[in-house]
Amino acid sequence: MDLKDLYREVILDHNKSPRLFGRLDPADTSADGHNPLCGDRLHLSVRLDGDRVSDLRFEGKGCAISVASASMMCEAVKGKDRAAIRHLFDEIHGVLTHHDAPIPEDLGKLAALAGVRDFPVRVKCASLAWHTLNAALERSAEPVKTE
Amino acid sequence: MSAQPQITGYDAERIWRDFPILRRDVHGKPLVFLDSAASSQRPASVVAAVERYETFHHANVHRGVYQLSQEATDLFEKARERVRGFVNAAASREIVFTRGTTESINLVAQSWGRTNLRTGDEILLTALEHHANIVPWQLVAQQTGAVIRVVPMDRRGVVSLESFTAQLGDRTKLVACAHVSNALGTVLPVREIATLAHARGAVVVVDGAQAVPHQRVDVQALGCDFYAFSAHKMYGPTGTGVLFGREKLLEAMPPWQGGGDMILTVSFEKTTYNALPYKFEAGTPNISGVVGLAAAIDYIESVGIDAIHAHEQRLLIRATDELLRVPGLTIIGTAPGKAAVISFTLDGVHPHDLGTILDAEGVAVRTGHHCAMPVMEFFDIPATARASFACYSRDSDVDALIAALGKAREVFA
Repeated sequence: MDLKDLYREVILDHNKSPRLFGRLDPADTSADGHNPLCGDRLHLSVRLDGDRVSDLRFEGKGCAISVASASMMCEAVKGKDRAAIRHLFDEIHGVLTHHDAPIPEDLGKLAALAGVRDFPVRVKCASLAWHTLNAALERSAEPVKTE
Repeated sequence: MSAQPQITGYDAERIWRDFPILRRDVHGKPLVFLDSAASSQRPASVVAAVERYETFHHANVHRGVYQLSQEATDLFEKARERVRGFVNAAASREIVFTRGTTESINLVAQSWGRTNLRTGDEILLTALEHHANIVPWQLVAQQTGAVIRVVPMDRRGVVSLESFTAQLGDRTKLVACAHVSNALGTVLPVREIATLAHARGAVVVVDGAQAVPHQRVDVQALGCDFYAFSAHKMYGPTGTGVLFGREKLLEAMPPWQGGGDMILTVSFEKTTYNALPYKFEAGTPNISGVVGLAAAIDYIESVGIDAIHAHEQRLLIRATDELLRVPGLTIIGTAPGKAAVISFTLDGVHPHDLGTILDAEGVAVRTGHHCAMPVMEFFDIPATARASFACYSRDSDVDALIAALGKAREVFA
């Protein structure tokens, strides 16, 4: 187990200076994510242009993994349509939960999140933002739980 | 707590060696176990006592006329007497075995609470309670129409007698408080609280899970009506706990759960209940757990509870001093009277990240809300890291913690 696999430069950087941090008002859809195990909370606000996420912001408190994951996710999905986001979600989910899954080349810097899979108790931290985005896109009014 | 505890002869290395699990490695580093407040480790003598019971003496208790059942019953009832002596209850009838502190508190809430609480009656809790001493009271409040009031604490995590008195009223029927806060380490003035509460006619329930392993507890001297604790926080097995209750109160309470062992006679029309404490022990109990608890008490007494207390207090002072020298570290819970529990935050490093980094260094600390979310809310933090000490903790464990915190600051520099 190497900490450097978990806390890669890009993760530490996004934790220190989160991108797309804040809240869109008005937003077309939004959702709250909560990880009761560690108290991580985040709010995601999204603007839609037809089928496309034209803009989004996240805010909240959390560990480095959850903040970096949210920040990198926001960067990655901005401008993408639902199908592309769904594809990305599935890839990230596979990378986080399958120890030996190959890392898809199109993940770009999101591949840094793969280090989490050697730390099973931290997978929920990395996946919180993604589940919250899913909920926002499904316009779910219920807070998301990763528990 | 004796006036002048002797610590000069305390051999932490020898005691550490009594706990086989502490010799193992984690991630290639020697294990440094600093999460005894969540669950302590067990000495070889406890493991052996449980194994001996399972290997040679097991049968159901209070049932058979045959030799094995008699042996198991003897071990079980001797353990009850051992517990009675350890907390100085007046009679072993006052010692009820449960699954743990949580079940003990739920027993009081459901049996005493449902019988005695009425609409508008007040249940008084403190701001630093563990969820196990909040939720059972919320349940019984919903069932009875009773109201929950909370005694506030100050920024140090102190619940003062003044603020306690201010919340105590004629409608207060029950006071439930921790003896020692699991999240902050604060030791509450339980004896004074009991005196004040009794003057108003209220019943006093104490969550002693974090106190019994660390200081001498005398339920008669404390004057409380109920006192709950768990075996697994005092070097015994999981799934076993104790409820001490004053005989008069237990006698008047209805059974909580129905089943075997808690009855005298059963017909389909009517059941007569067994005597204390069996009225509250429906079903086959955790016999090996209780045997392990007795062995854990033997172990504690062989080291000496006052010696353990003094040793842990010395470690607490040393660890507090060293932690305060770590740049950016804040200790949450700074009451003048504390058990050896230190919650802290480190600037720029979320407690969850801290837990992972310390773990990679072999150092096991608890991170999170410690089942005390109202405490976290009070200090406006999502979580803390918590180091807690036990009889087997050594100075080198403190050193390892400090070194690992240095590593965390490096990663998050």
